Amino acid sequence: MRNKPACTVFPICLALTTTSVFSAMEDDPLLYMLKADQLEARDTDDGTITAWEGHLWIGRDLNKLWIKTEGERSDEGTESSEFQLLYSRAVDANWDLQVGLRHDADPDPERNWAVIGFNGVSPYWFEIDSALFIEEDGQENLRFEAEYEFMLTQKWVLSPEIEVNWFSEDDDELGIGSGLAEIEAGLRLRYEIRREFAPYVGVNYERLLGDTEDIAEAAGEDTSETQLVAGLRFWF
Amino acid sequence: MFYKKCRNTAATSSNDLFPTRTTTDLSRRRFLQGVAAGGALMTSGLGYSPMARSSYQQPQALSGNHFSLSFDYKKVNFTGKDRIATAINGSVPGPILRWKQGERVTLDVTNNMAVDSSIHWHGMILPSAMDGVPNISDNFNGIKPGETFRYEFDVNQSGTYWYHSHSGFQEQTGAYGAIIIDPIEPFYISYEREHVIVLSDWSDEDPENIYAKLKKMSHYYNTRERTTGDLWNEIQENGLSQTWNDRGMWNDMRMSDRDISDVTGYTYTYLMNGNTPADNWTGLFKKGERLRLRIINASAMTLFDVRIPGLKMTVVEADGQNVESVTVDEFRIGVAETYDVLVTPEYDMAYSIFAQAIDRSGYAVGRLTSDPALHAEVPQMDYAPILTHGDMGMGGMDHSKMDHSNMSAEMMAMMMGGGIEHAETEYGAHIDMLAENPQYRLDDPGVGLRDNGRTVLTYADLHNLDPTPDPRDPEREIELHLNGNMRRYMWSINGIKFADAEPLMMKYGERLRITLVNDTMMNHPMHLHGVWSDLETGDDKFIPRKHTVIVQPGSKISYRVTADALGSWAYHCHLQYHMPGMFRRVVIA
Repeated sequence: MRNKPACTVFPICLALTTTSVFSAMEDDPLLYMLKADQLEARDTDDGTITAWEGHLWIGRDLNKLWIKTEGERSDEGTESSEFQLLYSRAVDANWDLQVGLRHDADPDPERNWAVIGFNGVSPYWFEIDSALFIEEDGQENLRFEAEYEFMLTQKWVLSPEIEVNWFSEDDDELGIGSGLAEIEAGLRLRYEIRREFAPYVGVNYERLLGDTEDIAEAAGEDTSETQLVAGLRFWF
Repeated sequence: MFYKKCRNTAATSSNDLFPTRTTTDLSRRRFLQGVAAGGALMTSGLGYSPMARSSYQQPQALSGNHFSLSFDYKKVNFTGKDRIATAINGSVPGPILRWKQGERVTLDVTNNMAVDSSIHWHGMILPSAMDGVPNISDNFNGIKPGETFRYEFDVNQSGTYWYHSHSGFQEQTGAYGAIIIDPIEPFYISYEREHVIVLSDWSDEDPENIYAKLKKMSHYYNTRERTTGDLWNEIQENGLSQTWNDRGMWNDMRMSDRDISDVTGYTYTYLMNGNTPADNWTGLFKKGERLRLRIINASAMTLFDVRIPGLKMTVVEADGQNVESVTVDEFRIGVAETYDVLVTPEYDMAYSIFAQAIDRSGYAVGRLTSDPALHAEVPQMDYAPILTHGDMGMGGMDHSKMDHSNMSAEMMAMMMGGGIEHAETEYGAHIDMLAENPQYRLDDPGVGLRDNGRTVLTYADLHNLDPTPDPRDPEREIELHLNGNMRRYMWSINGIKFADAEPLMMKYGERLRITLVNDTMMNHPMHLHGVWSDLETGDDKFIPRKHTVIVQPGSKISYRVTADALGSWAYHCHLQYHMPGMFRRVVIA
């Protein structure tokens, strides 16, 4: 887990979130939230891999500092890992504008990006996380993520989600072709033991597209994969 | 310790106006019988053991004109887990304070806790310096740990009031109690006995945690969210296109029609005089007696719907002020409101005093009984209310086709124009909806109570017993909008939260109208300190005087204020977790 070091921040947060003694409580205390949207094992053709996606924010109602991370690990080591450090500002009742930096530690070579994105809830209750990433040498990555929650009961939640990645240029070192490069779709069924703690099972589908698909095909790699997943979603 | 066991209650409590020796004896005898009859009671479906049924506690009553009160940390256990309460004189609720109209009272309040504290005498008309709101009341900055503050003021009014801490979230953790002021003139209807009934909500969670959770996930405590099954049923009943249209507005606005209470029975245990439903607080009567029940909602967040199945209730006082008697089956009591009702049980039996939370996620219950051995049937809770298009007078998602004239909105779409203007400060990330055409809904008992087959009190039923003391027409009007963003859990007035707001200025002696517009989907019980809120219910000659007024979702309501109290005052939503933002300082000069 690469987001472990963030835990050291919590005692500091707790110390800062002091109770003010006033006629009214402080309306806008400094809060933090750590959320693992996905922390899961994926059953792949090459054995079981671990995947994670989560974030930590610290801040107040309208202004927050966000750290986002996602990645995958197999027996051979970390296959992909990405970290974003973002300033998040509420710009609408339901939307936050997020700007900052993204660092891809894996795979090799590393990549660094500037980030501008929107995070929020669209009409009809889609949770959206979308961003434009601009790399040092001009590469652009447009990413769109949407998630929906079907409340089957007050405890069982079925959650489809989709992620699409588009690149402006080829990146030969990483086997990325320009244009639509990848689509990932998931369907996860979770049981909320508490709001904060929900194990889940599901299925995850990944498929390469366009030039990126061609590059993978030429290298003799799979271009699509369907995986069974089991994991834990939690926050505090 | 100020708690008394049930069998001592009648002998020691001055809560009963006419305690009788026979009651004590009866109580003792029945207590023993109750043990013997345990088996039978256990199978009666109530599930309370006879021991538990006798374990209710009764706050101590203190009377006179000099009182010593103290704040202490106190171990309590309402749920099976020990927790620490911020107790006044060692009990939750604190003692009942019994004063006499026309006397001067002195109250020495000592803070034995590690944080600042204060007591606000809710509904009392007194000098600002005695009002007990730290950093708002004149020359009052709270009671520091280890210090004693002397409150001293004349009691010019009579009726049922209450007191609570105005510091931090101490009210949520037990710092509240009843005030009863006996009038100089006898009450306008005679009665034989009275009981004080303090309703409240207790959580084992720290209030700071509750607040933080609401900020992180505002629907955290809602265990009655819409499910796919609900949607499926609607499609079955109404067809796909109708359902699509019906759902449209909610989906557009990203709001839930199941959003009734921010904090629910998921974390709350609802208390009656500090007793859980299992403890079953008990008030005694003798058949044929007329009882006066003084009901106080000392909750942090819970509006209650109160009824006593089998008894009609005659409302005789609202917020401590005598009103023309009106007989009902049920009434909604907002946080911080008080109602006094008269009931006359004609039979030797037990009646449940049933106070269900507005979202039906739980209830407080106690009983009135002629005999402690009798058990009272506890009614089923009503269905959880759902905000519907009927509530909103809206046909579908297409707002342009909406018939504005019929729009008595539970909430309104965010649109320009219509019947109301919104300030620039009401637009932004901190606000998720604005009422387009808010209506007066004085005769609306509120969501969950409409057409329930019972006679339910509404504000339109309230007429002051005495003529309106200040018959002047208002010289000017202030319109205040109550704003919020449910998801971000931000609350404000006119889009400006307390921390950023200028004080609201009133001219000493002026008569003005305050119109409150609720731009949110929640009820807001608004409490103006220092002066009365003369609620405009249509009867100008007998305007009911209130200290706390529920502003229903998407509605408007107005009251007149005579600014006859110099100084600095608090004005806020009395829901504990709305209050930090939805708060104003009022300066009368």
